[in-house]
Amino acid sequence: MLHIRPLLGAVAGSMTSPLRPDDYRATINPLWSRRRLSGRVEAVDPETSDTSTVVVRPGVGWRGGLAGQHVSVGVSIEGVWHRRTFSLSSPPHRPDGLIAITVKARPDGLVSRHIVHALRPGQTVRLGPPTGRFVLPDELPARLLFVTAGSGITPVMSMLRHLAESRQMPDVMLAHSARNASEAIFGEELRGMAAQLPALRLYEHHTRSAGGRPVARLTMGALSAICNDIPERMTWVCGPPGLVDVAESYWRDSGISDRLLTERFQPAVRPGGGQGGRVRFVRSGRETTASAGTPLLAAGEEAGVIMPSGCRMGVCHSCLVPLAGGQVRDLRTGDEHDTPGDLIKTCVSVPVGDVDIDL
Amino acid sequence: MATPTHLSARDIEELGEELDRLRAEILASRGEDDARYIRRVIAAQRGLEGGGRAMMFASLLPPAWLAGTAMLAVAKILENMEIGHNVLHGQWDWMRDPDIHSTTWEWDSASPAAQWKYSHNYVHHTYTNVVGRDRDLGYSMLRVTPEQPWHPVHMAQPLYNLALAVVFEWGIALYDVEIERVWRREKDLDQALNQFGSALKKVWRQGMKDYVVFPLLAGPAFLPVLLGNLTANVTRNIWAHTIIFCGHFPDGTTTFTEEEIEGESRGEWYLRQLLGSANISGPAALHLLSGNLSHQIEHHLFPDLPSNRYGQIAPRVRALCERFGLPYTTGSLPRQTANVWRRILRLALPGPTRPATGETSPEPVIPARAA
Repeated sequence: MLHIRPLLGAVAGSMTSPLRPDDYRATINPLWSRRRLSGRVEAVDPETSDTSTVVVRPGVGWRGGLAGQHVSVGVSIEGVWHRRTFSLSSPPHRPDGLIAITVKARPDGLVSRHIVHALRPGQTVRLGPPTGRFVLPDELPARLLFVTAGSGITPVMSMLRHLAESRQMPDVMLAHSARNASEAIFGEELRGMAAQLPALRLYEHHTRSAGGRPVARLTMGALSAICNDIPERMTWVCGPPGLVDVAESYWRDSGISDRLLTERFQPAVRPGGGQGGRVRFVRSGRETTASAGTPLLAAGEEAGVIMPSGCRMGVCHSCLVPLAGGQVRDLRTGDEHDTPGDLIKTCVSVPVGDVDIDL
Repeated sequence: MATPTHLSARDIEELGEELDRLRAEILASRGEDDARYIRRVIAAQRGLEGGGRAMMFASLLPPAWLAGTAMLAVAKILENMEIGHNVLHGQWDWMRDPDIHSTTWEWDSASPAAQWKYSHNYVHHTYTNVVGRDRDLGYSMLRVTPEQPWHPVHMAQPLYNLALAVVFEWGIALYDVEIERVWRREKDLDQALNQFGSALKKVWRQGMKDYVVFPLLAGPAFLPVLLGNLTANVTRNIWAHTIIFCGHFPDGTTTFTEEEIEGESRGEWYLRQLLGSANISGPAALHLLSGNLSHQIEHHLFPDLPSNRYGQIAPRVRALCERFGLPYTTGSLPRQTANVWRRILRLALPGPTRPATGETSPEPVIPARAA
């Protein structure tokens, strides 16, 4: 039997060579690309003074995900694509097919500030597939506990919306910490849900007094006081590293680590000073050290690694290799790169601390 | 040719610093407008290509054939010059867009991107106009400067340069395989054969597209579509050949010896790029269709700056040339083309010998650095 689809594919491929048919589809509408998953911003809704929910129509390659998962989101800022990971706050498989991420603008966060303050409906974002194990199990436990702080509520919101939609809300306790009631992301919606659904119990903890002075954070002592059956509950904790660390040791000390799932925000990378470092070439397995003034190309060649190279002055781009980990500085521009997968010019880049090179 | 022996080592260093500052300024100001520019050029190119090919399907009507062929020729020119050449230079790598990136791009030219990047970005742009090192100096077959030794085969060069213009993309693909370096035992035969194989694969795919698939899809218009595609390809070849030959071979450009570039400083490197290149003056459309290689001087000084910025910095580069008393070679397309052809005709014959200076070697164009 003649297979018509592969034949059509081959003809289309040869019509667009050396490009792919997908390149033409994406040129007309980025959402039509199956290879480069994109989405169109439908709305940017403010949640609090520094947090917005971005509603996105995903392109044809989107396959949905599980409540609580996160996605890589790419935005173009001043012509440069930046990628960051954000939790989905929408439930999976919304009837309108839209997805949402909820982003808090960090004071020094280039990407988060852009998303909250500059992103506009109609703009295109790039998406990755949903990933992560901070999700509900296939078989729902009878009793659940969610402990969140700040924007740690986002993946949990996705789960709560999912549970509320499916009309099978089990016994759920949510302890959420925020500065105050108005700074609580999804505060109103959560209070509404708790009022409507008897199975959902909401405890709000505030870390600022009415006068704005800092008061105690949410502690394990306070938590066990309001929730006396912690060991019987399957628990999800999401928030800043402080909260997650405390929770992990509490559950570990209680011998119930298997009943805890956590998700922490990525710690902000701090420049590690200019003393060079260890350079590891992960594919070839070679290792060397380089000073803050030694380009990676020179260090690699010295160590016997076969390095692609060209002009050795940063103009011909022959030496580009992907960064696998760590941080490098471009000697000519002073720019620092720390995103794994970034292509770096080894001839003019020096290590800032220990680095891994994908070579 | 005014040789800039009047420049001191300090002058050259200062020139280099000025150009470094100019480069840094443009790097820092790259942004959304530049990104929008390249995305628009790419979208326009794809639209023109699709539109041209669709138009040609109606080419039993002669005006449709003409319009379709013209659109396709312009699309192919844009694809090679303003998009392919410049993307493969890494001019747009800063956008971090994996779809517009020197490491992922493949172009509608017979030479596979990886091979071309080596011979062009590295060999040509690093050793620009160094006799014996820059293979683009006459493409190993033409005598374009009196410094190249004459050989009787050069008597035929006006003819084979004409032929090269017609089949330019194939010529470049073959040239990138560097057969003559295998002959001189500087290059491994297996490597050359591998490269030849991947070039052949591309030639095959392109041939299928332009001379089999689209003509067949056109049904009764098979022949007009085939001829239209052939016309577009040849037009693109002749155009690319013309633009590129005007970049380094007109009068006013200088060649260098390997000894002259030994221990070259950054300022001296800039100076060599400046003296070895020539611009083409003309309207905005010429700059776009030449892939901004009409700003060859600016391109050679800063090969990885976005092409849409060359026109912007050209007056400042020219002003620097005036300040340092350096030539800034430029002329209209007809003038420069006639000039290059005159040179190819003249150098088909032996000579001219250098002005009689006895046994001494030619004076270095670039003064040695202060010790």
